[in-house]
Amino acid sequence: MNSANDMAQVIPHAADYVRILPEIVLAIFGMIVMVLDPLMDERRSQRTLGTVALVGSLAALVATLFQSQYPGLGFWNMVRVDSFSVFFHFLVAAVTVVVILTSYDYMEVQGIRAGEYYALVLFGAVGMSLMSSAVELVLIFIALEISSISTYILAGFRRRAAISSESSVKYFLLGSFATAFFLYGVALMFGATGSTSITVIGDALRSGHIPVLAYLGVALMFVGLGFKVAAAPFHVWTPDVYEGAPSPVVGFMSTAPKAAVFAVLLRIMFEADAPGRVWLIWVVAALSMTLGNIGALVQDNVKRLLAYSSIAHAGYLLVAFAALPNNGIPAAMFYTTSYAAMNVGAFAVISHIGGKDERYVTLEDYEGLGRRSPLLAAILTIFLLSLIGIPITGGFFAKFYVFSAALQANLVGLVIIGVLNSAVASYYYLRLIVVMYMREAREEVPVAPIPLGLGTALAISLGATIYLGVLPGRVLDYAARTAAEWAR
Amino acid sequence: MSTALDNSMLTLVTFIPVAGGILLLLFPRRDRDIRLFALVVSLLDFVLSLHLPVHFQRGQTGFQYEVNNLWISNPNIHYHMGVDGVSMWLVVLTTFLTPLCVLISWKSIHERVKEFFILLLVLQTALIGVFVALDLFLFYFFWEATLIPMALLIGIYGHERRVYAAVKFFLYTMVASMFMLAAILWLYAKTGTFDFVSIQAAIRNGQVENFAGAAPWLFLGFFIAFAVKVPVFPFHTWLPDAHVEAPTAGSVLLAGVLLKMGTYGLLRFNLGLFPEQSRSNAWWIMVLALIGIVYGALVAMVQPNMKKLIAYSSISHLGFVVLGIFSFTQTGLDGATFVMLAHGVSTGALFMVAGILYERRHTYEITEFGGLATPMPVYATFFLFIVLASVGLPLLNGFIGEFLVLSGAFRDRAVYGILGATGVIWSACYLLWMYQRVFYGKVTQQVNMSLPDLSGRERAALWPTAAVALVMGVAPLLWLNAIDPAVQTALAPFAQLASKVVGR
Repeated sequence: MNSANDMAQVIPHAADYVRILPEIVLAIFGMIVMVLDPLMDERRSQRTLGTVALVGSLAALVATLFQSQYPGLGFWNMVRVDSFSVFFHFLVAAVTVVVILTSYDYMEVQGIRAGEYYALVLFGAVGMSLMSSAVELVLIFIALEISSISTYILAGFRRRAAISSESSVKYFLLGSFATAFFLYGVALMFGATGSTSITVIGDALRSGHIPVLAYLGVALMFVGLGFKVAAAPFHVWTPDVYEGAPSPVVGFMSTAPKAAVFAVLLRIMFEADAPGRVWLIWVVAALSMTLGNIGALVQDNVKRLLAYSSIAHAGYLLVAFAALPNNGIPAAMFYTTSYAAMNVGAFAVISHIGGKDERYVTLEDYEGLGRRSPLLAAILTIFLLSLIGIPITGGFFAKFYVFSAALQANLVGLVIIGVLNSAVASYYYLRLIVVMYMREAREEVPVAPIPLGLGTALAISLGATIYLGVLPGRVLDYAARTAAEWAR
Repeated sequence: MSTALDNSMLTLVTFIPVAGGILLLLFPRRDRDIRLFALVVSLLDFVLSLHLPVHFQRGQTGFQYEVNNLWISNPNIHYHMGVDGVSMWLVVLTTFLTPLCVLISWKSIHERVKEFFILLLVLQTALIGVFVALDLFLFYFFWEATLIPMALLIGIYGHERRVYAAVKFFLYTMVASMFMLAAILWLYAKTGTFDFVSIQAAIRNGQVENFAGAAPWLFLGFFIAFAVKVPVFPFHTWLPDAHVEAPTAGSVLLAGVLLKMGTYGLLRFNLGLFPEQSRSNAWWIMVLALIGIVYGALVAMVQPNMKKLIAYSSISHLGFVVLGIFSFTQTGLDGATFVMLAHGVSTGALFMVAGILYERRHTYEITEFGGLATPMPVYATFFLFIVLASVGLPLLNGFIGEFLVLSGAFRDRAVYGILGATGVIWSACYLLWMYQRVFYGKVTQQVNMSLPDLSGRERAALWPTAAVALVMGVAPLLWLNAIDPAVQTALAPFAQLASKVVGR
């Protein structure tokens, strides 16, 4: 495609639409949900709307597969379909499927009746998908906002719970602040290089002289994105927001938007060859791992515990960003995938055990779960073991690839911090396992049988976690090919 | 000899238990059927594992029954399994003890029976895997995999302070194995393979860059992981807790097999990969082993709790193994391997007899008993037989190994042999003293008058151990002729080292 001609030609080409096909599909289905909602009987509507959204996200998966056959740039070089974007599209759509399946029964149990819930999930997915294919900073910003605004609202969906509104408002205020940082960084980057296209910026920065403004721009963008992935020291919102938001939403926002933001970070850090990358990430990764794990040690609320754990995991993931591109990119992609699988699964279990109004979310409520619901306890145990990083779960290879990538870049100090942190982390995950299996329940807290939707969601995430742990080769090879593509 | 059966034997023996465990998942909760099925699976595995020694090519060095398939291409991980004389017998020890564990848990486990036997079978697979894995990654995987079922067995089915003991056990070994993982990853980064044989060859041929600088740390990384498992003296504090709180079957496998993972690791990896560092660090490891022998024995002597006494006796006995390994003599290593097997049988049996008593009285306190020989004569006989085997009475299994270890240690340095020999005396003291307090004299407590003697099932669990203890004592060559070539291979670099020193 000749870019000069395209610029002149204001009407987009048909091929352009293929480049954003999954986003179009998701948006259309989101709108269908919005339109159907008022037309339907109040009591019946929940499941039907959920099913429409589910079909939408499955259709997005198909669209992604279709799109993968037509790689290339679109919309005046603003989006690019490559194996990297396809990877993250697939991940976002898969997480969306799992989250919608989890939400089915959650919404019913909570008595939340709102069709726009599913629409917002789909709109959020639009933003997240777009983030991974956008190669232009302003478009990335717009995509980031689409995804963020959806999650702000989703966080406040337990309307009767004050804590949920608090969560939503807190997330919104701090999140807007962070996006402003990002935008400021974009502006400075434009000032430094004269472009907002990642490819052009990359060429400009590689050509030799790096202006001071570029360093500032990278740092500010990193602040904004660091907030979104809950990396320390921009992490303080995480525990409160995760505690208040509905559990399936936490499962969603701790995985899909994070994956998308990591995709953006990968593009900025590696494709644009951001200056000052290594030391910046070194510090933030070390801080996130340490503060996240230390914070998690003292938590009694399972959702808060996993919030701190997600901060720590953002830290492990960032370690890969400090490594060399050809090892770091595949390692980061693999980590994002396996983290998404295990975390969305863990929150699916938590949202079921929580019961009405999410009453059962403290460690005490999990006492004797091994006896009350052996299957759920076993599944949650596998997710927790994966979060620890025990072999034959995806979490093990995720850590393995990240740390070996860092070792190959001679970041021995960071690896040592990471390994020590993993040892500390095993304590609090184990604590939950111990509580489930080795304590008797003080009072019999009922656990409802596993409904079909949740069962499917768990099967998908469990299957993915184990698959990544037993046969990591295919996913890693795919990710490695992507890195090779970038290196050109 | 390379038939299809030989090639798949190790895979079968390793994974049959876990396959049985998965089938158990589908069983309805009828406890009797579950127990029977677990027994059948573990017996089947035992019978199959006997194929290994029967068709083992004695006198041949290197690994046998090897399988080597690519598992994951990046990182380069192979499904590489194989056994030599040492690991083969440890596999058979595991498969031998597991059916006995099922028998001994028949009645004592009456809640969550299904989960118990599933965990037991999963644990068995992991234990066998540790001994047969020849790929460092596979080894690490099985090594860690033993932790979870064992910790759950202790934590769910144990006694009062079970949770504390389970968590302590888990954290201790988990943290220690992190060091080993770091060492493994370093080796992988430099050699591009996890394969034990290839790494060993690369190190011997000097193809690993920066090896000289890193080797002492790598040696320590492996050593710490194994030393905690053995346990070598200052790392032993998890063991008494774990043993006292574990259910009987857990203790049997813990003492019988799990501890051997540590000594096996020392022999296979520390000696196999780092002969020079083993040589230079041997003196302080020998000292720790001697401290372990004497300290374990002295502490065992004053224990009021029978199970704790046996636990400390394990520390003492395992000290012999470490002493034998780091004597770098043929007899010492032969003896060390033999002690591993003998200790597995006799200490496993000791925990079983202690468990049998606990089932009847729900206490391990020695003072609660006395004069038990009167109400339980058969039990007393078995107990005495096992105690004598453990003490090292000639013609029983304990004697052979300890004798070989001590003569090896003596050859290395006389003072090691002399100090180590006191351990034999101590063990006679604490075990026989305990026996006297529990069985001799008049029955001190009325409840003990009416204790039932051994049931048929309990006899079925004890007879095999007694028989094997006797056979091992009378015909040790059956075992040693397979162990010998493996030990020679392990010692080959030391002979070269010695000749290098002499040549200089």
